Amino acid sequence: MRKLSYAQAINEGLKQMMREDKSVFLIGQGVTSPWYVGTTTVGLLDEFGDERVIDTPVSENGITGAAVGAALAGMRPIVTHPRMDFMYYAMDQIANHAANWYYMFGGKINVPLTIRGIINRGGEQAAQHSQALQAIFTHIPGLKVVMPSTPYDAKGLLISSVQDDNPVLYIDDRWLYELKGDVPEEIYTVPIGRGVVREAGKDVTILATSYMAYEATKAAARLKKEGIDAEVIDIRSLKPLDEALIFESVRKTGKLVIADAAWKTCGMAAEVSALVSENIFECLKAPIKRVCLPDTPAPASSVLEEVYFPKDKDIILAVKSII
Amino acid sequence: MKQCSNPITMELVKGIPTTVLWKIYMTMLKIRMVEEKIADLITRKEIICPCHLYIGQEAVATGVCTALENNDYVFSTHRSHGHYIAKGGSIKLMMAELYGRVTGCSRGRGGSMHITSPLVGLPGSSAIVAGTIPLAVGTALAFSIKKNGGVSVAFFGDGATDEGVFYESLNFAALKKLPIIFICENNLYSTHMHISARQLNGNIYKKAQIFKMPGIQIDGNNVLEVFQAASEAIEDARNGKGPTLLECMTYRWRGHVGPNWDIDKGLRSKEEVEWWVDNCPLKRLEEFLLKENILSESKKKQISKQVNEEIEEAIEFAKESPFPDKSEVLNDVFKS
Repeated sequence: MRKLSYAQAINEGLKQMMREDKSVFLIGQGVTSPWYVGTTTVGLLDEFGDERVIDTPVSENGITGAAVGAALAGMRPIVTHPRMDFMYYAMDQIANHAANWYYMFGGKINVPLTIRGIINRGGEQAAQHSQALQAIFTHIPGLKVVMPSTPYDAKGLLISSVQDDNPVLYIDDRWLYELKGDVPEEIYTVPIGRGVVREAGKDVTILATSYMAYEATKAAARLKKEGIDAEVIDIRSLKPLDEALIFESVRKTGKLVIADAAWKTCGMAAEVSALVSENIFECLKAPIKRVCLPDTPAPASSVLEEVYFPKDKDIILAVKSII
Repeated sequence: MKQCSNPITMELVKGIPTTVLWKIYMTMLKIRMVEEKIADLITRKEIICPCHLYIGQEAVATGVCTALENNDYVFSTHRSHGHYIAKGGSIKLMMAELYGRVTGCSRGRGGSMHITSPLVGLPGSSAIVAGTIPLAVGTALAFSIKKNGGVSVAFFGDGATDEGVFYESLNFAALKKLPIIFICENNLYSTHMHISARQLNGNIYKKAQIFKMPGIQIDGNNVLEVFQAASEAIEDARNGKGPTLLECMTYRWRGHVGPNWDIDKGLRSKEEVEWWVDNCPLKRLEEFLLKENILSESKKKQISKQVNEEIEEAIEFAKESPFPDKSEVLNDVFKS
């Protein structure tokens, strides 16, 4: 099959959705910039014009609110935040407005909105340019949250997000942009709410989100050489969460390591851990282990970044601690 | 940009002692030389953290900070080096921060966008656009409650006036007659976007009127014009007359981030950059001071030598400093 990079897959997904549906438009900071959102929006302005590819002032709250409003009026906006860190400014419009609307008005009017939040860390960018805020958003009812880790899913989940009748937060990761993989040319979807087994195994389950799924696959390959047969689940959707897939795997292996490159306290790893303990406690043969960021802001100095961001070796250590 | 090529005149020098004029010249030169050096160090990959260079805007930070007292506060942005140097921050500690060393002003945790020097009145700099404007309002509020005569300055770019919190901050500061000066450094660009692509009425100083606050647009590349306007605004603020919005027209020579010029990317024209380089704020001051015999060639050489030595010393200090210990990553999340 044809190979595309993760960034190219996003770009193709955006293009195809905009060609397919005139109500889809792109709005947000840097969508016409040569660097701000990587290469993910290259060529869109030329093809669709500035009425549908709208670069904006730095007004995250106002622009996100405008996207919510446009969705209420029947459009399918994709509002882009080049760094998740800047989304705090838009928190009110996302949490109080977009996520509550359908429920709060008795199911009368929905918000078909895609919010694209980009994680862009490393390179000594420090605490305000490095955050992975998936847990904060997953906490909010009424908002779906997806995190693709492969080029195939990057396109398929983007299309699902745009076609969904609800607000969906689509989180992509700059560390994955150069990753290449099979991507069909046609329009296809990856269902929101379904995880995937990346490697089948019987000794331990490694459940990972986003970039950590890539690290988990590397870890599993190294563990295999040492005779440890790890199953890797890329959960892909944080909300809704594919609980059935998680339980099925843990029932088989009895051991669980969760890798999520975000803060540990009250994070996704904590949520998955609680769900497993609550529902299939009797299947566990060892304590659940979490591979996360320490509960500190992101440091600048490369030396500190090196210990701050978890890698495959951290997953391996966690696995070995319960095998 | 007619308003940015006003000649420096003797009229503007009135009341400024020669030693202060030398200090102004030295500060501008220091910012310029530090930034040129950093551009070089980034190119040589010695500095890794993203740096937003202040080259071309030196007159704004220098003019404003020279008019302030040590105890007055300024808040900075992602483009922080100029404000830090002009307010009297140590170049050694800044350079060590840029090198990611534990001796840096933020112990290597902040990098270029998050430098701080509390002792000289710079509580910090934020990379969130407009993020420090309400903080500066808050320090002004504290000064007014304490009645200690302090003045607060918020430095921000034209991009920050796209954010809602800018308007909320102006309203509250005007309402409470707080001792704060809002310094908008209008360098015409918010990352890649020209102001004309962002605001229909790009005259930022006029936005003050709706809050019944004085708003003035000045030549931000004429350091003495900045100094005089800032001095008046600061005096008003100190005397309980409330805030002022100063829109300083200026230009960043380099791109949004890093040492490149952003010409090749089609974001702005070579002619535009060249016009501003020709109207160099440092060159304008230097030529004026030499012409009026306020600065002699030998004094000029002495200042340049002194600044150069300070920078070389700072780089040496940074390079010889240790990196933070790995355990440092967990420290200082809370004050114990």
